[in-house]
Amino acid sequence: MTPSSRLIPYLYVLPLAALLGFVFGYPLLRIFEFSFKMVRGIDGPWIGFRNYELILGHSLFWESVLHNLQLLLAIPVMVAISLIVAVLLSERVAGWKLYRIIVFVPFVLAIPIIAVVMKRMFQFSGPVNEMLRWMSLDFMALDWIGSSDVALWTVMILIIWRESALGIILFLARLLSLDESMIEAAKIDGANWWQRLWHIILPEMRGVIEFFVVVSVITMLAAVFSYIYIMGGGRGGPGTSTEVVELYIFNALIRSSLPGIASAASVMLFLVTGVLIFLLFRVRRRAEAA
Amino acid sequence: MMHAPALQPGNLVKQLVLLFACLLALVPTIYMMVTALKSDAEYAVNKLGFPEAPVLDNFSAVLVDSPFLYWMLNSTILVAGSVIISTVISVLGAYAIATMRFRGRDTLLAVSTSLMAVPPVVMIVPLFVLYTQLGMVSTYSGAMLIYAGLITPFSVYLLTTFFQTVPRELYEAAHIDGAGHFTILLQVVLPLSMPALVTLVVVNSLYVWNDLLIAIIFMQDDAKRTLMAGISIFSGRYNNQVPLTMAGMVIASAPMFILYILFQKQFIRGLMSGAIK
Repeated sequence: MTPSSRLIPYLYVLPLAALLGFVFGYPLLRIFEFSFKMVRGIDGPWIGFRNYELILGHSLFWESVLHNLQLLLAIPVMVAISLIVAVLLSERVAGWKLYRIIVFVPFVLAIPIIAVVMKRMFQFSGPVNEMLRWMSLDFMALDWIGSSDVALWTVMILIIWRESALGIILFLARLLSLDESMIEAAKIDGANWWQRLWHIILPEMRGVIEFFVVVSVITMLAAVFSYIYIMGGGRGGPGTSTEVVELYIFNALIRSSLPGIASAASVMLFLVTGVLIFLLFRVRRRAEAA
Repeated sequence: MMHAPALQPGNLVKQLVLLFACLLALVPTIYMMVTALKSDAEYAVNKLGFPEAPVLDNFSAVLVDSPFLYWMLNSTILVAGSVIISTVISVLGAYAIATMRFRGRDTLLAVSTSLMAVPPVVMIVPLFVLYTQLGMVSTYSGAMLIYAGLITPFSVYLLTTFFQTVPRELYEAAHIDGAGHFTILLQVVLPLSMPALVTLVVVNSLYVWNDLLIAIIFMQDDAKRTLMAGISIFSGRYNNQVPLTMAGMVIASAPMFILYILFQKQFIRGLMSGAIK
């Protein structure tokens, strides 16, 4: 190899390294630096751990963290729904291709659009409550959007509705790649539907389920901004009842112009997701090995 | 045996469950479309049913009052720009990673792949501070660059995996014919990679088109607003006029909906292979 031909690969990856360095590398280094500074405008003096102390002493931050944790409760529901629908679709019942097109729809529609629609559906005088009253379930006709006790649960309904579509897509992709002869053999051996599901299909899907769970944990902790921003009227409302860490960072950066505070919160969020990403790769390696 | 399979009790239950899932998946869309055709007066008394006297006024009012088409144009510019930038850069990078040997290759792939799962919110603070300093807030090129970066780890991962499945003999045969790396990439590899490229374009376009976080932070000028950022303002302004709001949402969701129906096959293949990651 001539020296110049040894350089060729680097020419190909140079733009890639530069782009990733700019959009990921630079910010991920900078949040650590900023988090120890009192940044005004573009820079500022070192202040040690003051930003962290401020945040950890701020009840709104803890409330936000708690809300993110509460959203984790959506995950078991999402897994259950996605499993049921994906397994049924994978059996190729009559019309399954049409069903598949329809159940993917929530994932194609943009979150802000669907959040605007759901917000109107769940208004106190909206169609959901109208329906509940019509079914004589008046006690369930809550103030879904306007009550601070209920609002986050309503957001969760929206999240479950949409993120389950991702679960269905993932699970179905795995199910359609399963070795059918195994399932046929079990059928011939007289295993009924539940036995086949429990003993053959679910063990094969363990990897993809774990993968979906970890991805969803990252989503719930750090990627629900679009849901919250629209449902909570841009402010995590009513009151602070749907405030989450992402919105806390957004507010610190944009509304209060405190990049140092926003960076310290970003660092904490990054460290938590870093652990999850590590977990994600272990889970995936196992899923691929299986 | 000529069983009518749909009539077996087990199949009936399965059909009912799937029909119910489809109904749930479609309810918001149906509600949005039906409500958009109602007048305010009719919506006040009829929230659940189909409109008795359908009107189109809401649509014309939305289009006159709010620059939906303009917002869509902004979103389209960002989608096109960022997807093109990311695809070119990822094709070059993934090709080198998949077919050449060089120091740091495995590290680059591992780092790039793990970036796939980093939530975008973590990156916004330094980028916003830097963009403010450079006067790049509310510029197309600035936002395009961020979007291109955010979608690139997935593109690299998908393309590398795909390029590795291209038989080595193809590369070697082309090499013997005297073709250089770039010629092989353009004339041998890319024509074979259309399915992977379609997946990329579908998944990445959806991501950029649907994003709200980057859009409201980095495209703040009225003239630069994207569709999703526009929606968040629009829905706040017409909070009490539900049919009007729904007409806006029908217009806003129309492009993706039409694309989804026209290109179902590509979308479904794209989503299913894209989701595996």
